[in-house]
Amino acid sequence: MDALDIARGPLLTISLGVFILGTLWRLANIALRPRMADRSLAREGAPSWLMGAWGNILRGMWPRPEFSQSALITTLNGYVLHIGLALVVFGYAPHIAFIHRITGLSWPALPDVVMYLAAGATIISMLMALVFRLTNPVRRKISHADDWITWVIVMLPIATGMAVLIDPSAQILARENPIYRGPLALHLLTLELLLVWFPFGKLMHAFLFVFSRGATGVRFSHRGVKL
Amino acid sequence: MNTQVAKKPTFDQQGDLPDEERVAAALQSFVSEFGRTTTLHMDSCVRCGQCANACHFFVTTGEAKYTPIYKLEQFRRAYLRQASAFAPLVRALGLVRKPGIADLQQWQELLYDSCTMCGRCTLACPMGIDIAELVKEARHGMFKAGMVPERLALMDRAARQWGSPATPGEDLPDILAEVSAERGVTINCDLESAEILVTAAPAELTEHTKALADAAKILNRTGVSWTMHQEGFDASNIGFNNGDLELQERLTRSLIDTAVKIGAKTIVLPECGHAYGAARWEAAKWYGQALPVRIIHMTELLDELIASGQIRVNKIGETATFHDPCQIVRRGGLEAAARRVLAALGFDLIELENHGLMGYCCGGGGGVVSNVRSAPLRSKVFAMKQQQVEATGAKQLVTSCGQCRITLEMGAKQTKWDKPIESLLELVADNLAD
Repeated sequence: MDALDIARGPLLTISLGVFILGTLWRLANIALRPRMADRSLAREGAPSWLMGAWGNILRGMWPRPEFSQSALITTLNGYVLHIGLALVVFGYAPHIAFIHRITGLSWPALPDVVMYLAAGATIISMLMALVFRLTNPVRRKISHADDWITWVIVMLPIATGMAVLIDPSAQILARENPIYRGPLALHLLTLELLLVWFPFGKLMHAFLFVFSRGATGVRFSHRGVKL
Repeated sequence: MNTQVAKKPTFDQQGDLPDEERVAAALQSFVSEFGRTTTLHMDSCVRCGQCANACHFFVTTGEAKYTPIYKLEQFRRAYLRQASAFAPLVRALGLVRKPGIADLQQWQELLYDSCTMCGRCTLACPMGIDIAELVKEARHGMFKAGMVPERLALMDRAARQWGSPATPGEDLPDILAEVSAERGVTINCDLESAEILVTAAPAELTEHTKALADAAKILNRTGVSWTMHQEGFDASNIGFNNGDLELQERLTRSLIDTAVKIGAKTIVLPECGHAYGAARWEAAKWYGQALPVRIIHMTELLDELIASGQIRVNKIGETATFHDPCQIVRRGGLEAAARRVLAALGFDLIELENHGLMGYCCGGGGGVVSNVRSAPLRSKVFAMKQQQVEATGAKQLVTSCGQCRITLEMGAKQTKWDKPIESLLELVADNLAD
């Protein structure tokens, strides 16, 4: 049993366990908190709470015109980062094969060239996010350890993934056994590190943004504020 | 000779609690605030800093410390240590430092002097975090610790004693009698029963007394039975701004109980933003059930009376611009009502560059207008507002909140700006058609 076997075996199980249980615990910590019902009379014509929530979830997808100048680059960079990551994680053939091994689920892969472009764009956007955080006085002021740790932990699987990106994906999948076992183990370990960190830091926003925007949407639409 | 000027501290403290007890009181209160939505919002921040560009204090100073989410730093620490999903781990490993007395003293400026709880930042947050609401909750802890600006604490003490920071309730009949005699309008007071209970803002009981007469003039025209009442007359609710929950509840209850006592179906709030926030949206929280009375803002009353034809107004036929009070519009949903009243008055409305939902605060909300330490910050915000008003070229500047009006008047006086700040209520009253 070498490092890759350990990374694919017990460490993957442990990291997935931490990810799932930690995420559920974090969500439960919110859901189980007391909630004071809003008994005020809703504004006449106010939408249902569901429509209010949904409206603000969608509204939050793009900054308001008043903030577009200050928020445009950050927002665009965020979209490049998130879409790039999603394409790499869910569109790259070896990743789909990996997910298939664990879950039994599978779907068609995107061409390698798309993956290379997506990975390149993601790396650039990650670097830009770092530059923004380091150089913008506001972001420097409000940054915490979580922000720096999360940046490193997200960057590691991307960097180690690039290191094993030597052959075309068809060639990689055609092999019975991977030939770059050490680098691949390292790549997998960095992914597992990300899974373990996920519930502890701001990566949780991947789940929370829906509820956070939704809660404000409910509060404001109840008052007749058209967000 | 020592020419050094001692730097004024940017914090005040009330009472003689030892520092440890102040911190403990603040933290205990912070923790009690962490209900479901607050927890969700505390957990959701990704530190993108986009809220900064929404805040008038950041926009006008460029100082990073005025970033809205940064104003919640001590609240965040308390959350992570006491109520987050991994709080025991955070405490055991010492991952987040416990807020101390020096932190609370330093943050008083950020929570009280440089936040008007206007909620513009809430609309900029890509995670939808209601930062203004979190600031309000953080203020509850600061009040418990006896760490609010002294001027606000003084008003709080007066309101606890009198039911208003302006005047004791028992003086109300005399004040109304004087205004009545001066303005030649009948102002009902302490009637045993009435359909409408009319309330006031502190400034209306002192310098803006014309508003009392104007409300009376309009209501007298409708023939509806109405009264003011010394047992529940000041709706401004200083407890809401200061973070004094006990006072907020007491003042709120006094309005509802008085309305119930006289059989009123409606409470009319004055032209005051925070009165609307405290009574219209939070009163039911204190009452524990749906309210037995309807609560409306003066702007809604004017809008309804004009729409129903109960009053008619003459057309003024000038250009005007409108300053949107944050608690009434952005956090209250009354953007259209004021504009309908302005249209009825025949104004050609020229909107400010930032208006309606996205209007900038006057700079004095959330008690900042009464906080003498905030004067330099307020003046910077005023300069921005003044520039926006002048850019419209409108002849009249109108608003529907007494606190906004006072803030803008203070700025105008300081800069010798020859622009009267008009009240929507007073414009309607002055232009009632026969």
